[in-house]
Amino acid sequence: MSKIILIGINHKTAPVELREKLSFSSEETIAALELLKQDTDIKESLIFSTCNRTEILYIPGTGEQVDKIIEFISHHKKIDISEFKSALYVYKEDEAILHLFKVASSLDSMVVGEPQILGQVKQAYRTAVENNASGVLLNRLMHKTFNIAKKVRKETGIGDNAVSISYAAIELAKKIFSDLSQKSVMLLGAGEMAELAVEHLLSNNVKQILVANRTFKKAVNLASKFNGQAVKFEEREDALKDVDIIISSTGSTDYVLTETQVKQAMKKRHHNTLFFIDIAVPRDIDPKINTISNAYVYDIDDLKNIVESNIEQRGKETVKAERYIEEAVVKFRKWMENLAIVPTIKALNDKMSTIVDIECKKTLLNLKHLSQEDMEAIKRMTQAIATRTIHDPILFLRNTGDHRDDSLYLNVTRQLFNIDLPEEE
Amino acid sequence: MNLQTAQMVLQIATLLYFISMSGYILFLFNQKKIYQKTAFNLILAAVAFHFISMMIYTMATQHVPIQNLSQSLSLAAFFLGCMFLFFQYKFDLKILGVFASILLFAIMVIVWILPEALVEKNIVLKGFWLYSHIVLVFTGEASLALACGAGILYLLQEKGIKTKRPGFFYKRLPSLDFLDNVGYTCLTTGFALLTIGLVTGFIYAKVIWGRFWNWDPKEVFSVGTWLVYAALLHLRLYSGWRGRKSAIMTIIGFFIIIFTFIGVNMLLGGYHQTFIK
Repeated sequence: MSKIILIGINHKTAPVELREKLSFSSEETIAALELLKQDTDIKESLIFSTCNRTEILYIPGTGEQVDKIIEFISHHKKIDISEFKSALYVYKEDEAILHLFKVASSLDSMVVGEPQILGQVKQAYRTAVENNASGVLLNRLMHKTFNIAKKVRKETGIGDNAVSISYAAIELAKKIFSDLSQKSVMLLGAGEMAELAVEHLLSNNVKQILVANRTFKKAVNLASKFNGQAVKFEEREDALKDVDIIISSTGSTDYVLTETQVKQAMKKRHHNTLFFIDIAVPRDIDPKINTISNAYVYDIDDLKNIVESNIEQRGKETVKAERYIEEAVVKFRKWMENLAIVPTIKALNDKMSTIVDIECKKTLLNLKHLSQEDMEAIKRMTQAIATRTIHDPILFLRNTGDHRDDSLYLNVTRQLFNIDLPEEE
Repeated sequence: MNLQTAQMVLQIATLLYFISMSGYILFLFNQKKIYQKTAFNLILAAVAFHFISMMIYTMATQHVPIQNLSQSLSLAAFFLGCMFLFFQYKFDLKILGVFASILLFAIMVIVWILPEALVEKNIVLKGFWLYSHIVLVFTGEASLALACGAGILYLLQEKGIKTKRPGFFYKRLPSLDFLDNVGYTCLTTGFALLTIGLVTGFIYAKVIWGRFWNWDPKEVFSVGTWLVYAALLHLRLYSGWRGRKSAIMTIIGFFIIIFTFIGVNMLLGGYHQTFIK
């Protein structure tokens, strides 16, 4: 029976310097697939390379060919085997299938649940198909992979929890405001954290960015970087009537915005919602502001709590996803075993037909007094006996039951009837 | 075409409301779009059956089915279904269906539980002004019911965000801004319909009884309800009563509507009495 083998490195086993050396560009992938295709020991192959992993999935013709593939990598990437051998993992059969399913479902990613990975796996498969490197087995395996990845995404919450602070803050903003592109943001303080948060916000296209800083020059610098507008730090209270989201990260020891200030600003802005994200320690925004209606204040600890509960939630969802994946592996294994059952049954049928044919010919040659119809009847009868004889064994093979080992019975059948499967010749 | 057919079709509609509610509740828990889509189509079908049932009734008896409380409630449910379909189409606020379908089914259960009151032929209950009055007031109140639904959803979402414990509803509900917006649109639509509905009611009263205002308890409470909503809108526009306060007010307003709809006649009588027999 054919084997499925996966050899690779990822972010868990290799540092970025090594991953870089072993990564395959799309041209390199095509060239490598072409070489593998010419190798008669490799029946099907697929190369999957992203910034976090390089993996080769293949079906060997004979044996396992692990060393050959490792040598192939070394030769193709011009890197000494000793440099990367310790970082390599080799998965075979069910383990390989399991690993592949996990990778595509984003359980093996650096940021678990990130959605890009499935697209990358699909691209790798497309390349393999376009270059005729994949065959029956890999085609089927990859389609099952896409199915399970979609199922995991759809039926578990693995992809929908924010696990970084700035991401959690943006998610909150999206649950408060319906359209961020209509909202303005004010940065208080021009530190690194503020910059990071704004980068996230910018990807959501906010309407306007104001930057207020005690050192005005810094504010101007940061504002020009984000196409925003610098305001004097003293103007911050006045600016409250025009902005909707305030991200504060000053080094101030006192609150830079107080409850009274915000209460007054609220009147001026007709009580439209204000969202304060306070990432400064000690805090910049008076927590009492949260009690004002339509004003929401989240400090760094609140955000951390959300992130932690999200991570916990993700853990639970991972367990669920793993269950789906394990089920899928079992199903795929069954399919592969069936693959061996079908040819066995076919070989068995062929063998019986051949015997009947030969024996009929031999016997009928000496019975020349029989009419044509008699001969046909005898042929039909002998064929029927043969079919009837192997009917029950075939039924048994088709359904050996879950608790029995299919491959054992297949093996016995082949030995009993002395059948060689074409693949194993 | 007889009363039994009308009853049977109404039973089908009720069953559809029930399945739709189950679908929406399933959707609330596992967020699969297919449940929401199916449930939405079921409401659509239920409203259609509801309409057919009322048409059959009207044809069989030569009366619009608003002769007793059971029938008025059924009509209210029908208009609620219509307004829900309209607002769902406009906003695509999927989760509002959970509120609407539960309310719809609850009303239908009451419709079936209420004893069948004897229907007297009432010549008063006819004419253009009456029908406009009924359609406008019922659609208006249905919109205000949906505003209440949006208000409840707003409060659920707001509580999670304010207390910094985003829970079950956090992911399932849309943004506060959006919910507030939906509530506000339902509110203004409902208020406008109710206003015109009351005016047509006065005109009808003038036509039938010769006076615009009869100090009927229902009249008094309806105007009271109208004033509550007018005050809410005023506060919202001029004193910034948006968000939480506005949501609470729409919920209170809806309870006043329910009282005006059922309570007033039961407790105080008056010429709207017919509808609650």
